[in-house]
Amino acid sequence: MAKSKSAYSTPTKQGKIDTHIIVVWVDNESGVLARVVGLFSGRGYNIESLAVAEIDSKKNLSRITIVTTGTPRVIEQIKLQLKKLVPVHKVADFKKEDKKIIFKEMALLKIVANSVKIKRAINACKKFNGVILDNTKKSVVIQITALRRDIDKITKILKPLGLVSASRTGAVAMTRGAEVFK
Amino acid sequence: MANLMTGAEIVFKALEDQGVTHIFGYPGGAVLPIYDELKNHKSIKHILVRHEQGAGHAAEGYARSSGKPGVVLVTSGPGATNVVTALTDAYMDSVPLVCISGQVPTHLIGTDAFQECDTTGITRPCTKHNWLVKNISDLPRILHEAFEVATTGRPGPVLVDIPKDIQFAKTKYFKPKKVKKLNGKLSSKFNQKEIDQLIDLMLKAKKPVFYTGGGVINSGPKASELLRELVSLTGFPITSTLQGLGAFPGDSNQFLGMLGMHGTYEANNVMHDCDLLINIGARFDDRITGKIDEFSPKSKKVHIDIDPSSINKIIKVNLSIVGDVKEVINLTIKTLKKKKLNLEKSNKEKISKWWEQIQKWRTKKSLNFINSDKVIKPQFAVQRLYELTKNKDTYITTEVGQHQMWAAQHYKFNKPNRWMTSGGLGTMGYGLPAAVGVQVAHPEKLVVDIAGEASVLMTIQEMSTAVQYNLPIKIFILNNQYMGMVRQWQELLHEKNYSESYSAALPDFVKLAEAYGCVGIRANTPNELDEKIEEMINTDKPVIFDCLVDPHENCFPMIPSGKPHNQMLLGPQDQEEKKITGKGKTLV
Repeated sequence: MAKSKSAYSTPTKQGKIDTHIIVVWVDNESGVLARVVGLFSGRGYNIESLAVAEIDSKKNLSRITIVTTGTPRVIEQIKLQLKKLVPVHKVADFKKEDKKIIFKEMALLKIVANSVKIKRAINACKKFNGVILDNTKKSVVIQITALRRDIDKITKILKPLGLVSASRTGAVAMTRGAEVFK
Repeated sequence: MANLMTGAEIVFKALEDQGVTHIFGYPGGAVLPIYDELKNHKSIKHILVRHEQGAGHAAEGYARSSGKPGVVLVTSGPGATNVVTALTDAYMDSVPLVCISGQVPTHLIGTDAFQECDTTGITRPCTKHNWLVKNISDLPRILHEAFEVATTGRPGPVLVDIPKDIQFAKTKYFKPKKVKKLNGKLSSKFNQKEIDQLIDLMLKAKKPVFYTGGGVINSGPKASELLRELVSLTGFPITSTLQGLGAFPGDSNQFLGMLGMHGTYEANNVMHDCDLLINIGARFDDRITGKIDEFSPKSKKVHIDIDPSSINKIIKVNLSIVGDVKEVINLTIKTLKKKKLNLEKSNKEKISKWWEQIQKWRTKKSLNFINSDKVIKPQFAVQRLYELTKNKDTYITTEVGQHQMWAAQHYKFNKPNRWMTSGGLGTMGYGLPAAVGVQVAHPEKLVVDIAGEASVLMTIQEMSTAVQYNLPIKIFILNNQYMGMVRQWQELLHEKNYSESYSAALPDFVKLAEAYGCVGIRANTPNELDEKIEEMINTDKPVIFDCLVDPHENCFPMIPSGKPHNQMLLGPQDQEEKKITGKGKTLV
């Protein structure tokens, strides 16, 4: 057996890595986002995307939606560690494949091109319920609300049609039906 | 408007209402209003340290030995950054600390003002929670909340950063509300069904073991009492982590000694071969588990812990019970008695073979060392210290390294809260200031810091504190002129390349003691050791005891890195025997 030069043990086998959407309800106070994000970076967890905004100004509550990847053990740790933070009220965890959950991301896409290309770009976005927010002779700004992979797809299509700038949000999530996560 | 108070007054008012009697601190520009207020509060005694790290460790020693939260008061900028090591140490070892730091006035925050730093930003990952007080009206609530967060659930450090203008500003003070249950952060509570499952596992076990940790100590003295009752009721063997020493009597026959990297042969083999492992208030630290894949492969595992995030973090368990150790053990004992199982008798036969096996392991005498009549062996020094102080109610602190492990192996603790050591963070320089804090909490007791000469130099300035407040702490230095544990690893893992682990220019510790105005004693040979230790004990002043020990002694037994519990490296005698059979050498 090879001699280890470390006083620590060597890493052992890992579980399967899944994508999860973690939703965190927090007090909207200064530093709370740093606490949540710092927990992820400090413990070596991934953040694929992040969305945060106040959802209840009376109760002073914000909702943070984090898309992350990890083994089941890591995901479990993320949830438990989040729950330990003082300003955290509750933590929900959804698997990406979960059919009971709606996930959405939004993108603003600016196309600068001639009118032919702009027309083609607008047509291409129709399939994804594109909304035209601004339109000039030389340019158009289109809003798309869709799944991450659909936005990836449309940006690929729009690249040759004059896409010059894309601004995207992190994913937000909501359960289907009348149920509310407690 | 009725009775407005300044921020500084409110700080002391809150400390008084929280039952604080001692604070450890160091003044500076941004906390001067609070220091100005000190004179008006006679019930609170301030201990002036010589470095803010010392204040933090002293508060840790105070907290660990008394069960009360330790309170630290430091200034902005360097004052706050100096205390970070102690906060991190307290966070790793679950010690309740409340640190109050001064900050530059609110209008200067973010301008790189003199002695400004982002204190809450820096301390965020090393505290349970921290607060920057931006509005005076929040101060009373935040201070009370700080104590609640620090002391409830799994204890830990918190920090309250108070800008200077807030210390002058006025508001109405209110007293703390009746304590809520466990700061609302403990959502799941254990139930009778889980206890029944535990008892069921206990009844079926043929090779059980209790593996207990610092959580038992943190749960209060009552938890240790209950643990003793449970262990005697079941007849099971018990082993303890470094932090858990003292929760169960070290000289009891059911006690296997400490487990882990430098644990006993019997404790580690029991962990490896058991069929039921009951973890009470420990966290499967990597110094305990060794190789995860081969950790206790045949056992059902139970984990009792107050922190849900400790469960299944490292080792997957079959049964988890989230709750205060004291309450869980209490209900377990009650249920055992109610069922009238008479476990003690019925179990004795079932686990008698297990005990026979344990006795066989014990005959290895893994803590043995080859003694000498010419040079003091460090293990012998700890043994003599134990024999000469065991009849007093002695409090022991340590630094970090070989001496720490020898102290854990050879000093037997019979009561909780008597053993203060830096386990999680492994902070060299912890022991001396911790001893200061322990002595403050227990002025009449014997407090000994078992130290290494390298560690103790990291916070040696706190001798001044000990002298100033007549704290007769004893600094018992096992002086081997090396960073012993570093040297040991270099010997075993890096082909004896002793890179920078030798201290070439050590001070004369006896003269150093005299320079500080305390007493220096030196022991050179084994036959004068007892007499010198007696002299130390009988000196009613702080003492630096320079015990010159064998510089080449290594700390055994040892689990080499990446190895499971049943592949231990024993002492030189054993290695000699193995060399003859030709197998020993490859073990490292």
